[in-house]
This record gives sequence, C-alpha cells and structure tokens, in this order.
Amino acid sequence: MVANLTGTLAGLPASVNDMTDPQADSNAIRLIVNGTVVTVTNVDPTLGLLAFLRTRLQLTGSKEGCAEGDCGACTVVVGELSGSRLTLKTMNACIQWVPALDGKAVFTVEYLRQQDKSLHPVQQSMVDCHGSQCGFCTPGFVMSLWQVYNTHQRKNTRASDPQLRSALSGNLCRCTGYKPILEAGQQMFDLPAVAFDEAVIVEQLRQIARPQALTYQFEEGSFYAPSTLTELTQLRRDHPDAVILAGCTDMGLWVNKQFRELKKIIYVGQVEGFSDIELNEDDLRIGAGASLTDAYEALQGVYPQISEMHERFASLPVRNAGTLGGNVANGSPIGDSMPWLIALGARVVLANSQRQRSLLMEDYYVDYMQTALREDEVLLSIEVPRPVAGQVFRTYKISKRYDSDISAVCAAFCIQLQDDLITEAVVAFGGMAAIPKRAGNCEKALKNNHWDENTLRAAQAQLAGDYQPLSDMRASADNRQQLAQNLLYRFFLESTATHARDNAPLSVYEVVS
Amino acid sequence: MKPDKQLPHESAELHVSGEAVYTDDIPELTGTLHCALGLSQCAHARIINIDLTAVRAAAGVVDVLTAKDIPGTNDCGPIIADDPILADGLVQCIGQPVFAVIATSYEAARSACGKAQIDYDELPAILTPKQALQEESYVVPPMHCHRGEPEEKLLSAAHRIKGELSIGGQEQFYLEGQISYAVPKEKDSLHVYCSTQHPTEMQHHIAGALNLSAHAVTVEVRRMGGGFGGKESQSAVFACVASIAAHRLQRPVKLRLDRDDDFMATGKRHCFYYQYDVGYDEAGIIQAAKIDMVLRAGYSTDLSPPVASRAVCHFDNAYYLSDVSIRAMCGKTNTQSNTAFRGFGGPQGAIAIEYIIDDIARNLGQEPLDVRRRNFYGKDSRNTTPYQQVVKDNVIYELVDQLEHSSDYRRRKQKIREFNKHSPVIKKGIALTPVKFGISFNVVHLNQAGALVHVYTDGSIMVNHGGTEMGQGLHTKVAQVVAATLGVGVSRVRSSSTVTDKVANTSATAASTGADLNGKAAQDAALQIKARLADFAAEQYGGQSEAVVFSEDQVLVNGSAVRFSELVSAAYEARVQLWSDGFYATPGLSWNQETLTGNPFYYFAYGAAVSEVAIDTLTGEMKVLRADLLHDVGNSLNEAIDIGQVEGGFIQGLGWLTFEELYWNDKGRLLTHAPSTYKIPAVNDCPVDFRTTLFDNENQADTIFRSKAAGEPPLLLSFSVLFAIRDAVASVADYQVNPKLEAPATPERILQAVAALQSMDH
Repeated sequence: MVANLTGTLAGLPASVNDMTDPQADSNAIRLIVNGTVVTVTNVDPTLGLLAFLRTRLQLTGSKEGCAEGDCGACTVVVGELSGSRLTLKTMNACIQWVPALDGKAVFTVEYLRQQDKSLHPVQQSMVDCHGSQCGFCTPGFVMSLWQVYNTHQRKNTRASDPQLRSALSGNLCRCTGYKPILEAGQQMFDLPAVAFDEAVIVEQLRQIARPQALTYQFEEGSFYAPSTLTELTQLRRDHPDAVILAGCTDMGLWVNKQFRELKKIIYVGQVEGFSDIELNEDDLRIGAGASLTDAYEALQGVYPQISEMHERFASLPVRNAGTLGGNVANGSPIGDSMPWLIALGARVVLANSQRQRSLLMEDYYVDYMQTALREDEVLLSIEVPRPVAGQVFRTYKISKRYDSDISAVCAAFCIQLQDDLITEAVVAFGGMAAIPKRAGNCEKALKNNHWDENTLRAAQAQLAGDYQPLSDMRASADNRQQLAQNLLYRFFLESTATHARDNAPLSVYEVVS
Repeated sequence: MKPDKQLPHESAELHVSGEAVYTDDIPELTGTLHCALGLSQCAHARIINIDLTAVRAAAGVVDVLTAKDIPGTNDCGPIIADDPILADGLVQCIGQPVFAVIATSYEAARSACGKAQIDYDELPAILTPKQALQEESYVVPPMHCHRGEPEEKLLSAAHRIKGELSIGGQEQFYLEGQISYAVPKEKDSLHVYCSTQHPTEMQHHIAGALNLSAHAVTVEVRRMGGGFGGKESQSAVFACVASIAAHRLQRPVKLRLDRDDDFMATGKRHCFYYQYDVGYDEAGIIQAAKIDMVLRAGYSTDLSPPVASRAVCHFDNAYYLSDVSIRAMCGKTNTQSNTAFRGFGGPQGAIAIEYIIDDIARNLGQEPLDVRRRNFYGKDSRNTTPYQQVVKDNVIYELVDQLEHSSDYRRRKQKIREFNKHSPVIKKGIALTPVKFGISFNVVHLNQAGALVHVYTDGSIMVNHGGTEMGQGLHTKVAQVVAATLGVGVSRVRSSSTVTDKVANTSATAASTGADLNGKAAQDAALQIKARLADFAAEQYGGQSEAVVFSEDQVLVNGSAVRFSELVSAAYEARVQLWSDGFYATPGLSWNQETLTGNPFYYFAYGAAVSEVAIDTLTGEMKVLRADLLHDVGNSLNEAIDIGQVEGGFIQGLGWLTFEELYWNDKGRLLTHAPSTYKIPAVNDCPVDFRTTLFDNENQADTIFRSKAAGEPPLLLSFSVLFAIRDAVASVADYQVNPKLEAPATPERILQAVAALQSMDH
C-alpha cells in the first residue's frame, strides 16, 4: 500500500483506511488530506500531487487539464502553519510534488460537502447561477472560490468583482464565458454561512510537525528538506548535482513534460527564515523562499507602480506556490520580475556554506538560462532599494492576454529627475534578448539630458542598437522593437508634467464604457 | 406541462462536488494498461526506418504497436479513407501518430515514446492555405456556388472593392483532453468508454480496425469535459488505438492524451484565406459578390468538405446577394487535419461578408449599421439565398431594431467619437453585427435521431437517446421534454449514458441539432407511452382517452385524479407496455452537393451583438468594455442553459478573433501547443459590462416546443468585437481609410494596423 491513512478521509474507500501512528516512520512523508493524516512511502519524490490524489487516493474530483499549472482544473487549497495561524492558499496540484507537502494540509473539492451532505455555499451558488456547463473545470473554480469565501468569512467581508477576478485568474473555463461564475462568487456570500474549522486542522498540523529535517528516499531518488540555512548550504556543498526546488511551478513541467529524471532534490520550502521579508531602512529584503504573492504584496507597499504587474504575473495559484527567488534564479529571459528589479538596482545575495556575497541583479545573468550562481551556492535573498526623492519608475507588460500570460515584452524604466534633468537612468527589458538586459545606449541617451521630446526620440532610436530581439509565437522581432520604443514613449507621457495627453488615459485597463 | 426555464444542468450538483464521472474518473479495472502515442517529428516525409528497441526496453513497457499491428483497416477518416490510425510509411504532419506504446503506467508509456529512433526522408511540405492554393493542393475538388451574373454586375456596379483577408484557426481546448478506455469482453467483443460526440462512428471505426462486426463493439459516453466539435471525428484515432491494444493484449487499455500531444495530434478550426471582389451602389447595397475561400484542411480530408459547404452557405450571413459566386477550396497542407469546431465553417463564411460590408460603409462614409440594414434579406422579396433556399422566418429587422435601442448604440457611438478626439493614445470603437445561422446538417440523412423511454413501475423514468452530453445541457433538455410530455416533475426523469447498444446508428451530436433531433425523438417515445397510458386510464376510469390529462405527476381521467405512479403500476399489471422507442427525421430537407443548392436548413437562428472596445495605439493592447447580446433561441426549452450557450459562445468567439493564435514555425511545427503558449479567454476577458437577452420569438418550424438551436449561432456574435476594434483603429485616420485588420487581432496585429494608418498620414 502506498498510502497509509489515519482517520477518515472524505471520499475515500474504507479499505485503505489503515490506522497508523502518524509519528511512526520519520522518513515517511506525512500530510493531511481533507482532514485525514496520510503517510506516504514508496513513491517517487517527483510524484505529482494530482496523480497522487487521483490514482492513489481515488480522489478524482480534481482534474488534469494541462499538467503545467495553466488551466486550474486541478486547483486545491494548501494549508500551512505560520506560527499559530493557518495560512491557506490555492495551488495547482499538477505541479506540486508530494514530498514538498510534508507537514502541510491539502483540501480538495471532496472536502466541501457539509456533514449532512448538503452543498457548501460556494457549490450551491455555482449551481444556482448555472456556473458549470461541461463541469470539468468546475472543481478547480470551486476551490478557488472556497478560498475566497474562507478569507472573507474570517474577516466578515465580501469579495469585490476585481478581487474575484484576481482570485480566478488561474482557472480557465471554455464553456461559460465566466459571467455566471463571477455571479456565483457574489451570491455565495448571501447564503447561510458555513464556517471553516481552523482549530482542528491547526492541531493536526502540529501533530505531524517534524522535529528535524525530512530526508525522504525511494529507490535512487532522494528528497532533502533542510530546516536551517546551514543544513541547506551544506547539502548544496555535498550535492552539487542536486536540483534546488522551491515552488515547483517550473520544475513541475520538467517532469510532466520533459520526463526529466531528477535523482536528488533539495527543497528549500522548510528552511527557517528563508521566506522572511524585512523592510529595512534602505531596502526591502525578500527571502528567496518568499512566495510571489507575499513578495509582490510587500513590494507593492513600497512601489505601488508594480500593482498591475503583480496582478498579471502568472495566476494566483502559481504566485502562491512560486517564489520570487525561483523566478530570479531560473534565469529565464522572459520572467516578469527581472526588468523592474534591475531597473530599481536590486541585488541578489548568494550563499554557500562558508560565506555570502551579493551582486547586482543585472550581473547575475550571464547568458541564456545561465547565471552567476556557483554550483555550491544558493540564492539567499533579493534586496530591493527603497525609493528615493526624484525617482520615477514604471514597469509594463505586453502580452496577448491580460491574465496569466507570458510577456512578449516586459519593460522597466527608472530615472532620477532633478527638475526635468535626468541624472540617472536604468532601462531594462525582458523578451528582447537572451537574458533580462539593460539598454545601455538608450540609458546614455537619457542620462544628463532634459526629459523632453528630443531626448525621448534620441533614446527611442538607441533601442534599436541595444537589442536584436527574436521572432516567435509571442511576437515578431519588429513588433518587439516597436513595443520597446513605444513603451518608452508611454513612460515619457506618464512621467512628464505637461504632455500631449491632457490627462487622457494611457492604458486600456483604466477606461470604462 | 411546460419545462422549467431556469432548471439547472442535470449534473450541476455533481460538477460542483467533483462527483461527476468523466472517462478518466471511472475506477480502473485490475490489470489496466496505459497507452501513449509516438508522434511524427516531420511535416512531410517517408519513414525509412523505425527502431523501437529502446522503447520496448523502457521500464514498464508491455507492448508497442505500429501500423502493421492493425488487424483490420488502418483508417479512421469520417468521409474519405485517407486518415491512417497509425502512419504507414508516410507522415504528413508534425504530430501525426506513428506508433503506440502500452505500459503499466501513464508516465511509463509517455516517457518511453521519446526513446524511438525514426529515420525520415523529408519531402517538400505545404504549410499555408495560400501555398495550397498556389500549388492547387486540395483534399477534394473545389466547390462552386453560383447565382445570377456576378461578372456582369461587377462591371456595371457604381463602386467596386477587391481585397484579400486571412482569418485564423482555433484550437477547441476542451478542458478534458481526448481519452478512450477500452475493455475487452467475452466472445471477441469490446466495451469502450470514450469521450466522443459520435459514439456510432467510433463503434464503426473500431470494428473496422479490428475486423469485427459493429455488434461486437459497444461505445459509451456519459459526459465529456467539453467537445466543441473536436471530439466529433477526431476521437476516433484514440478509440481505435486503445481498442486495438486492448483486443491484442486482452487487458483494459486507457489512452489519455497529455495536453501537448492533444494539440499536436488533433485538428482545429480551419483558418481561411479569402480573395473577394464586390460591387455595390451609392447606398452600399451589394450588386455582385465574388469570393474564393481557401481553408486549411490539413493533411487529410476529415470533415473539411462539409465545413467548406457550410462556409459557402453562410457567406451571405443575413444579407441578400442577388448575383454571387462563392468558391471554396479545401487546401491540403502538412499540418494537423482540421475538423469541426462550433460553427463548422459558418463563422468563417459569414465573417468575410461582414468584413466586406464594413469596408463598403467606410468607403462610402456611411454608418455601417445602416449599410447592413439595407442589405438584409427581405421578408417577402429579396429572400432567396445563393443556394436557393427561401428565408421564411426572417426576424433580423425586429431583432436589430431592438438591440440598437437597448444598447443605445448611436448615442454611445457619438460619445466614442468625442472621446477619441481627446484621447491621443487610447481609442475606443463600437460595432453592431447580425447573425443568421442555418440549422440542420447539410447532409440530409444525418438529420435523424432515436430515443428510448422506460417508465418503471414505481413511476420513475429513464430516457436514453443518441445525443451526447458535452456540457451544452442536452440531457437536461431531453429530460425536460420527457417530463413535460408525461406531465411529471423532471426529478422523476433520469438521462443515462449514451451507449451504442441502446440507440443504434446515431448521428454525431453536432451542428447545434442535439436538442432538436433527440428532443423530438424522446418526445415521440414519451407520446407513445402516454397514449397507451391514456387508453388504459380511459378503460379503467371511463371517458375518452383523448380527454385524459397528464399534469403535475397526476393523471386526470373522467373526473378522477390518479397519481402517475399509481396508474403506471396498475398499467403494468394489466400488461401495458411502459417503454417505447422514438424516432425523428427532420422534414423537408434537400441538398445537392454537386450544385450546392437545395433546402439544407429546417430554419434559421438569428442574433445580433454590440461590442465596445478600447485599444492602445502604442502597444496594441485591447479590452472589451461592454457587450450587449440579443439572441433568438425561439421558445426556449431552458433559458438558463440557452443564456449559458449565448454568453459562452460569444466569449469563445472573442478568443478566436482576438488572441487565440495558432503559430507554426517554418518547419510546420505548431509552437502554440499548450495553455502556456495558446491563450483562451480568461476571467478578465469577460467584459465588466456584459448584457445578454433572449429575443422573444417562437420557431415557425415545428421544432420541439418551438425552440431553436443554441449551440453554434451565438459564436458569431463575437464578430462585433473584431469590427469594434477595426472602428477604433480607423479613428487613427479619422475614419477615412479601411484598416487592414486580420484575425486573430492580437496586440501585434492591432499595432500593425494602427501603424499602417499612421504612416499613410504622413
């Protein structure tokens, strides 16, 4: 038997309800599924949560629509203890590996019916509003809505339409066109309330909490989940051939789509302090393990200009699982965080078992998918300087779709103005080169010039020399070049006091009928 | 009794609780094996050698199949036998299935596929419809529909416009990928669970591939997680491979496609390339129209000929075209074999005339809505289509009038013009477009359906019919028809899986005809039972059997009210047959595929939409700000379900015309093959201001409760979005020039269109 279970698992056949002491095997994975402790051994460390739920636990409510975290049909809610509190987040089960859920609680659609078998308000409102047609995406939507419901129940508030849209940005529906689902998201608050009993889950999570780091092994596969930074850097030193796993939003695809066999995995999600976020006098320090949700929320507090980027960065479940550190460490030329991190002069802090070093973000990227990270190092944190007087900063993303798309071009501009004189300028783009890259010539054309149309035109012209973008399915090279220049123009319009627009809108997302 | 027009989907509670069983959710039988397909990596090539040694040696692999392992016919083409199940010596598309791996797990089967060594001898590939046109590479001969004297009328027209246009294809992106689960049964037979819109065709292809009789193969589908046409013919290859493997190994075999493989191996909506030449007068009334359409058929025929016929039959949309020539060429290309997708060529036919009318209006400096109206089919004259069918149920005038008012179209248009004057970067646009859509399969014999209704002695009822449930609410509507006919609450009626051993020789659930055909067939069955029960009631209680009333779970007979269940139980004891079959064939249809003339449609469905958009002239970004839809579903069987179809169809069409882009590289490899790269509408693409109304109408044709089909026609409402974008782009040159704006109107295409106008300015 792959899974030994204690307690009663909603929707589970009784025959696998094997009573086991949750603490018995310290090298077994222990998690809570729908309120039941599940002990897992004898599975590959890269076994996906969705496959585990569907084929090992026979919980077939969660569906596979894409196996890459882009459709949301497998959305589940994952609960973790942070101090004495339970934090709940939606995630894509298809790109979460079971060992990474050790010590956590997973909730699937099978959990929602009430004791008397009646539907949860989220489910009932979906029925009442005709929110399902083919029904295949529906369990995922229900779980995203359940998370919204619980969040607002806790605070005794209701979700606004934009909040609902943001929460559902990772759930695709091909049938309804979304309107009835959005209506259900409102109506669910009108039905008799159902509370979520956190205390029980908190207690269960405490019971399975692990006194020391998990080392899980199966056949040739090893999964290390260090609990301290020292353990992490020592593991890194001892296993330079291991891969570092954080949110699994990219590496999940290595296995699902590329069939890569990963023998050694070091998971950073349990390292104490690794996801801490600190607002210091000079900078905001974001631990490499901080989720994109938490990182962007903190950054948005300091730089409200990134709020649209925050909303459009992947989808909520991906932001909940994925980390800013992973986004940076990955080295993708099209990641949406790097251009603005570079523009703001952010630094990355790298650590091995001996020492730490820090370097500017732009120096971190060496070549296509290559970074300055040495094989004995881990990315420790990202330090973003706080704004200074006279700084003007914007970042823009252009993609085919508003929600959860990969940029054709991602731009960031940061200039230092004294009156209308540009004293410093950093311009960085994603999607324009093999790495996230600064536009040196454009910057030169801006620096020490007055921020006027002449300077703008000169700087725009320089971009053609800064980048030789590629054509692909997201955009042609010409279009990318044009966008780069036009986004600089948009920045000009946004950052100059008197300009041609007369307070006319500069984004389609800010106009209404 | 009348159906409850707000009744939720029969599976709604199962959907929201995760309890609805899809094919992959069926508990696996002991010994189940998993299958994956090895796909061609060349667009066009002879296979010189296939070395599967490493595949066979891979962990968990039980068996590997190639074309030579198919005992019967290696074909699953729905019309023409040019669709090998597994490629035999020749590959014609990157993604075409070449071999199949059967292993102990899904993961083992998939990962083993990558270990094959295939040597190809590459052949020249045709990758675009334009190239197919140049090389006259077609899967079937060109089609031509012709009326009057278009050449002469073109010469005599006051104005003439020529142009070309490309409209992209679209991936169905059913959320549930293709899947079949084949279980061997006794005496050389099989039971196959398959996510398909066409169980009967699957049955025949499987039987053919295995040299079995049809009665040895039972195909079952309870529900699909979406179909949209993509599971009409193209579920066959997977059903066949799973069945061949299951038969050969005598083990249950499941073949579930990963999303990427699904994109690579299956066909999509056809992209079209058009060349048109149209003459019109000062009022914008079309005097003559000539159009050549080339569709991307892909590497095999599949359903391309009927898709082309439907495109021909919808080029007119809502407009009378007196002198007209419509040619359609099914271009053979070395890409996925394109297939059915909601609208089935109709949208691609109709969008061309809308583009042309949009051109005409701008050329004349007239309001496009006025020009459209002047070209509408007349009610008593100017009402014969190019294919010779007379339009008898035209409500487009009333419908468009109502929408023009309710959407406040003209005042908003004025406001938009004002806004654009003071907004140099963001421009708004608005458009109203109409829809007329013909209902019935063009191929006459497909317009038939059967049903079985069982009344059990406790008064509960089971209905089974040949239609399949893919989310459109067909089972709900049919259950409502049966309940209404027998005067009982719908909770008494259960719809069961579609299975080929119940109703035989079914047509695909397609062409929007599901409820029309199967609803009528189920009604026929229920009426027969009702008549027997009425006779029995009259015998028992006196009075005329014609006077017996079935209502609210009661039977009113000769002054007495008897409970339905009581009457049924008594009837059983009196040896009255309480189950019946039912049959329906749509009357009055005719079609000549040679001349492309006849009465192919039982009736037309109508609709219209107004969309308002904003575009960014610096980036090409676009947002739909408001959409008003007004659609004719006749006397709706279920308004909640029909509104779902209208809204969902609109958003799906919006995706097709704006950002759903299929991108093949110069080797013919599809690079947009997963939701990471191929973007269907997400939640923020649903307009914040989105108003849908059903048009108050009753079908003139004798359809089930005078309802109209709702599946495909609403997709065409999305045209309004494309033309609203075009209106916004045109503002850049003060509406003096027709912007070239092809679909999908991605940010890149919008920006190109803007830039083209800006450069003309200088």
